[in-house]
Amino acid sequence: MSSVDAAATGDALPSDVDIVARLRARDEAMFATLIDRWSPGMLRAARAFVSDEHAAQDVVQETWLGVVRGIDGFQARASLRTWVYRILINRAKTRGVRDARVVPVSSLVTADEDLGPTVDPERFRGPDDPHPGHWRVHPAAWPSPEDGAVARETRRRLTAALAELPARQRIVVTLRDVEGYTGEEVCELLNLTAANQRVLLHRGRAALRAALETYLTSGALA
Amino acid sequence: MNCDEFVELVTAYLEGALDEATAQRFVAHLAECGGCDRYLDQMQRTIGELGHLTAESLTPEARDRLLSVFRDWNG
Repeated sequence: MSSVDAAATGDALPSDVDIVARLRARDEAMFATLIDRWSPGMLRAARAFVSDEHAAQDVVQETWLGVVRGIDGFQARASLRTWVYRILINRAKTRGVRDARVVPVSSLVTADEDLGPTVDPERFRGPDDPHPGHWRVHPAAWPSPEDGAVARETRRRLTAALAELPARQRIVVTLRDVEGYTGEEVCELLNLTAANQRVLLHRGRAALRAALETYLTSGALA
Repeated sequence: MNCDEFVELVTAYLEGALDEATAQRFVAHLAECGGCDRYLDQMQRTIGELGHLTAESLTPEARDRLLSVFRDWNG
C-alpha cells in the first residue's frame, strides 16, 4: 500500500481481510470509503490507457461494478488493491481498443523508444576532451519550491509532460511515482521483467525531469 | 564513472538494483561531481512532485449509481 495514499487521505484503511468481510456483508459505508479512497488513483491509471476523462470515468465505474460482482469470489492471492487494479487494467485495455488508443501487452517490452541516452549527449564532453563523458556545463539550479504560483505551474507542466510520454513509460511512471505502487506490484500487473520496468521508469522520469528543467531554468521565472 | 553513465543509473541506484561495485562507483562519483549531485537531486524532486499531482474524483452521479448498485446487489 502506498505511503503517498495514506498521507493524502488520512486514516489507514482496515486490513484486506476486514474490508473483504465487510463488503461480503454488504456494508455500504465500507464500499463508499473504498470508492472515495481508490477512485482518484484509478482514474489517473485509467487515463494512461484511454483517450479522455469521460472514458476513464466509465472504466473506473465498470471496474467497481466488477468488484461488486467478483468480491464473493476474491481469493486473496494478491492484495485487494492489486486485484482491483487488475480488473481496472483489463477494462481499460478493452476500452482503449475501442477508442483506438490501445496499449497492446506486447508493446510492454522494450522498444526502440526505450533505447539510447536519456540525457542529450551534447551536454557531455566529447571523446577528444580531457574529461570525456563529463558535463560541459552542470545542470542549472532550480528555484526552491516556495513560490505558490511556481509550484502550481510546475505541477501543471508535469501533468502535461506525463500525458505526452510514450504509453508504456506513462503507465509505469503513473503507477510507481504517482500512485505509489512498488516495482514488484507493477511488474505483476503489467507482466514486465524487473529490468524492463526499471528502464521504462527511468526513461519516463528522465523525460519529466527534462520538462521541468525547461520550465524552471527558462528565465521566465526570474 | 563518467557523468553520462551516472545519469543512466539513477533509477537503478534509487531502486537498490546496482551491484555492489557499481553502487560504490556511483556513490564515489556523486561525492566528487556537483553536476551529478544536482542531477540526482532534480530526479528526486521530479519523483516527489509526481506524488503530489492533484487527484481527480469520480463524478457524484457515478458514485451514487455505484452505491445504489451495491445496495441492490444480492450476489
